[in-house]
Amino acid sequence: MPILQPLGRTFLLFLQATGRIVLFTSTSVSHCVRPPIYPRLIGRQMIEIGYYSLPVVGLTAIFTGMVLALQSYTGFARFSAESAIPNVVVVSITRELGPVLAGLMVAGRVGAAMAAEIGTMRVTEQIDALDTLATNPFKYLVAPRLIAGLTMLPILVLIADIIGVFGGYVVSSYKLGFNPATYLKNTMDFVEPQDVISGLVKAGVFGFLVTLMGCYHGYNSRGGAQGVGAATTNAVVSASILILCFNYFITELFFAR
Amino acid sequence: MTPKIRIRGLHKSFGDKVVLDGLDLDIEAAQSVVVIGGSGSGKSVLLKCILGLLTPEAGSIQVDGEEVVRMNGRDLERVRRKFGMLFQNSALFDSLPVWENVAFGLIQGERMERDAAKKIAIEKLAAVGLKPEVGELSPAELSGGMRKRVGLARAIATAPEIIFFDEPTTGLDPIMGDVINDLIVKCVRQLGATALSITHDMASARKIADRIAMLYQGKIIWHGPVAEIDSSGNAHVDQFIHGRAEGPIEMQVRAI
Repeated sequence: MPILQPLGRTFLLFLQATGRIVLFTSTSVSHCVRPPIYPRLIGRQMIEIGYYSLPVVGLTAIFTGMVLALQSYTGFARFSAESAIPNVVVVSITRELGPVLAGLMVAGRVGAAMAAEIGTMRVTEQIDALDTLATNPFKYLVAPRLIAGLTMLPILVLIADIIGVFGGYVVSSYKLGFNPATYLKNTMDFVEPQDVISGLVKAGVFGFLVTLMGCYHGYNSRGGAQGVGAATTNAVVSASILILCFNYFITELFFAR
Repeated sequence: MTPKIRIRGLHKSFGDKVVLDGLDLDIEAAQSVVVIGGSGSGKSVLLKCILGLLTPEAGSIQVDGEEVVRMNGRDLERVRRKFGMLFQNSALFDSLPVWENVAFGLIQGERMERDAAKKIAIEKLAAVGLKPEVGELSPAELSGGMRKRVGLARAIATAPEIIFFDEPTTGLDPIMGDVINDLIVKCVRQLGATALSITHDMASARKIADRIAMLYQGKIIWHGPVAEIDSSGNAHVDQFIHGRAEGPIEMQVRAI
């Protein structure tokens, strides 16, 4: 059957890739928790992921908060429900938009860079050189990045939450005529710890996924400049899809009754 | 006496392509063996199998009488400490300055203090004819010949028992190639190390080898002291060392 054959082949390839990723993940995680740990390398990755992503994540957050307030206003004004704007902004930002948009921006910035760097190291034999110098590449390259991704994304998202709410506040109070004090009071009264915590859990998972995909595709890249290019694309695309996919399931875990 | 490295019946293929097909090779301690063979004949694959970077399908590789095929974890790391390797394109870590590249095996592998390791790195750079200032440069700022020297310094920094040289003169001009050859001979002799090199540069092979082995179609087809290479009586070897297009070795070139 010429229709079933490619279907089956694609399915088998998919299973193969899944198996490889699971193996890669378990090896990486086991190296994250076993000594030796490299604090210097973890610190460098934390700065790279956390500090240098601040501008792009902050800009994303402020404009998202601003547009949320504006759009909610145009919609809610029809039902005279403008007073719900602070609630809508804070819940959307902390639960969904903060972690997802920060995750996607970091995937584009950090995931791509990691895939390119590790991929270049693979095709120029630098990873083989690490092995011959009795240094495990998982320990030296992958583990510090995973640890940094897992810890820095929640911090980034916490900052993004604050900046996002601030964006909504600015638009509401200076453009839509809200009372600034009431806006903030409504925000603080409405937001619950679970909203923020679910967002931070998401952020941790997304940070892990982005760095994992960057490392996995870089580590397995083949065939020169073209291979590194493909690895970079795959890292960003797979990380973005995984983020959106895991986002749904984590939401279900937290909020589905 | 057991040889330093003993290889028996090594098989390795990639998909349908058989690269190593029952390869046997003995390397005695403190000897320098050069494996010659055409491009794509599997020379690099041989080195990577010995280092455990690739796993062969069948066969045995013993280092100091210890089986290394399918070895992993701490044992593999312990055996790898015996090795140093000069990669074809040097494979320097471009995120680190030159001195940290040279000191890498000392700092990461042997957990040496950075200051002490830097001192040794500068000594090793001097041993390959580079000034201490070069240590502060980044690998991207170096010329091909200098990169090779830094790669050599990194390979010898941990005073390994066995050193591998992957095409040490490829991509260098003849004079720089000879400089590298001299450095290899000097360093190997000083350390009393066992050396395994792969090359298709006959001038380099004659200079650094005690013994030469020729790899063809996945097997060692000739093996002997360097002095006997010209009277090997093997048509394949003769064709290779004289670089003739005509002969028993047929290059896979498709008619246009």
